[in-house]
Amino acid sequence: MTSTSTRDLVSQPYKYGFVTEIETDKIAKGLSEDVVRLISEKKAEPDFLLQFRLKAFRHWLTLEEPDWAALGYPPIDYQDIVYYAAPKQQEKKASLDEVDPKLLETFDKLGIPLSEQKRLSNVAVDAVFDSVSIATTYKEKLAEHGVVFCSFSEAVKEHPDLIERYLGTVVASNDNYFAALNSAVFSDGSFVFIPKGVECPMELSTYFRINSGDTGQFERTLIVAEEGASVSYLEGCTAPMFDTNQLHAAVVELVALDDASIKYSTVQNWYAGDENGVGGIYNFVTKRGQCRGARSRISWTQVETGSAITWKYPSCVLQGADSVGEFYSVALTNNRQQADTGTKMVHVGPRTRSTIVSKGISAGHSSNSYRGLVQIGPGASGARNYSQCDSMLIGDQAGANTYPYIRSQQPDSAVEHEASTCRISEDQLFYLQSRGIGFEEAVSMMVSGFCRDVFNQLPMEFAAEADKLLALKLEGSVG
Amino acid sequence: MIRPDAELLLDISDLHASVEDQPILKGVNLQVRAGEIHAVMGRNGSGKSTLSKVLAGHPAYRVTGGSVRYRGDDLLTLEPEQRARLGVFLGFQYPVEIPGVSNLEFLRVSTNARRETQGQEELDTFDFEDHVRERLKVVQMDPAFLDRSVNQGFSGGEKKRNEILQMALLEPVVSILDETDSGLDIDALRIVASGVNQLSSPETASILITHYQRLLDEITPDYVHVMAAGRILRTGGRELALELEQIGYDWVDEQLAAEGVV
Repeated sequence: MTSTSTRDLVSQPYKYGFVTEIETDKIAKGLSEDVVRLISEKKAEPDFLLQFRLKAFRHWLTLEEPDWAALGYPPIDYQDIVYYAAPKQQEKKASLDEVDPKLLETFDKLGIPLSEQKRLSNVAVDAVFDSVSIATTYKEKLAEHGVVFCSFSEAVKEHPDLIERYLGTVVASNDNYFAALNSAVFSDGSFVFIPKGVECPMELSTYFRINSGDTGQFERTLIVAEEGASVSYLEGCTAPMFDTNQLHAAVVELVALDDASIKYSTVQNWYAGDENGVGGIYNFVTKRGQCRGARSRISWTQVETGSAITWKYPSCVLQGADSVGEFYSVALTNNRQQADTGTKMVHVGPRTRSTIVSKGISAGHSSNSYRGLVQIGPGASGARNYSQCDSMLIGDQAGANTYPYIRSQQPDSAVEHEASTCRISEDQLFYLQSRGIGFEEAVSMMVSGFCRDVFNQLPMEFAAEADKLLALKLEGSVG
Repeated sequence: MIRPDAELLLDISDLHASVEDQPILKGVNLQVRAGEIHAVMGRNGSGKSTLSKVLAGHPAYRVTGGSVRYRGDDLLTLEPEQRARLGVFLGFQYPVEIPGVSNLEFLRVSTNARRETQGQEELDTFDFEDHVRERLKVVQMDPAFLDRSVNQGFSGGEKKRNEILQMALLEPVVSILDETDSGLDIDALRIVASGVNQLSSPETASILITHYQRLLDEITPDYVHVMAAGRILRTGGRELALELEQIGYDWVDEQLAAEGVV
């Protein structure tokens, strides 16, 4: 393009890149059975959980790191990572007044005020800092409805029966390399339980913050919606800027019983590395939901804008008859970011339905792949899937790929797949500019138009934010 | 309306421009005063559309010489969006489709950008809806088009009406309409022309780029210019357009040959 539209490939400075100076309780680097036992011991866990971890760890030792994704990165040294880091404070506080003010301040700066006066009025937040949850808001109010929303560690202490019943039932500890690693060393995360017939009265949200430079974050989220229950849950993620890479390997399990509905939204904005690809989070995440009951529904919405590398495929196992799985995704990569993301829709029960809408935006020198599996099992008569995968290229150095896998063992089923690729054209930009709309705004209007189908799925409070986030990430990337 | 003392809105002097290093404009001179309607005619490839793109600031066109002053200031150093905000409007020959961007939102953002420059207050979504519905009448457009994506799936005539709607909203000082008549049936042409006529005022000016006399039956020009080989070869009153209708453009070649251009 010509001089007026040529901009340097620089990203907007990452505004969450600060480090909080706080004393942490960190264990030594490295991974061994002793480390697994130490983590379990630090958390005073019941024996079943230690056994779960050990089984996972022993299995992990037998696995090879997967290399099938369209990603390139130097080998990860798993012995050079700290597997447990927690801000030094006593047991989790009963009241927010006792939480270290530095931590509250950190979340304030991230736009997630936790204190009574400032917190969001209709969203309950669980704030996770490095390996531990530091506070959960609105717990009492939720408890009145029978809803359990707390950190995973707390759930292990207070609801061990629920944890034992559901943990690892959707993503087994030996599911894959990163899930096995997580199962062995996970430190904290969120637990949500919505009892039979209850519609959760507010949005639930977990905010994950990586603070230490050499610590991996391995959180575990488990959401159970009993018969007829429904919940909408959102997670957000940020990390400081370091010139090293941090590993984030989370596992999320969702269980929906008969007529239950779970809506899980993610706005992922981990540090993505600089414009030359130095630093940034390696985001290797296993997310899966099981529509266990008839007519249950699980919906994943993700806005992936951060991380140096994203490897995640939020999936639905549609077991119950007439159950519904949905996946709405916007993945934006800029500079040297790489993303290989998509979903798996596994149709087991009869008349199960799934919808996939994926929007990939690649700018700079980045690479962005959609990888998705639609599997229709022999019992899934009358199953239907609709997939739509659209890619938008910005500039001429970025790449986009689509890898759809479709396997059907059931003749009485229908699978539709549509894909498109477009480029923001100079003429479209000029048209908007010639109507008084600035260059950057023109780009962001087109990008948010491209993503509208997905943003419409986000909870109201976050849709506008996602729009702004994308505009910010793309600033200066078109030329 | 010709008034020699009216404000000189656009002063194009010896303008040269290239696209992909191919010279297209080779010394265009044109002065446009408030209240005037100019028609620029000529065959394909004469440089008419290039002139309009250069005036609007399309990045693919490089100015290689000459100057353009808009109300006394250098127009060529401004970004396209700044020109638009200051009141220069280009009605496109082929308006592009912009999937996913709502027409209503697009119109609102652009209208507000222009209003801000004029020191007017921003219109919120509700005020703007009222405002735009009023302006829709100028082009007899169905409000349903507001809810669609910009130009997406519009017919040729609907796209052109959308252009004139934008003109009605942006209230430009100088409007350049690039072959607004092309591809329109006579009814659509009349609607578009009537829109332009309603928007004309003693304070504003229009440049109509066209092949054919028929637009000029609906909009009466004060001046008619014939472009050829990247410059204005001949200028006259509206009778020149009628004459061209009779004699065509063959004389152009003779004149260029006589001048040693071809």
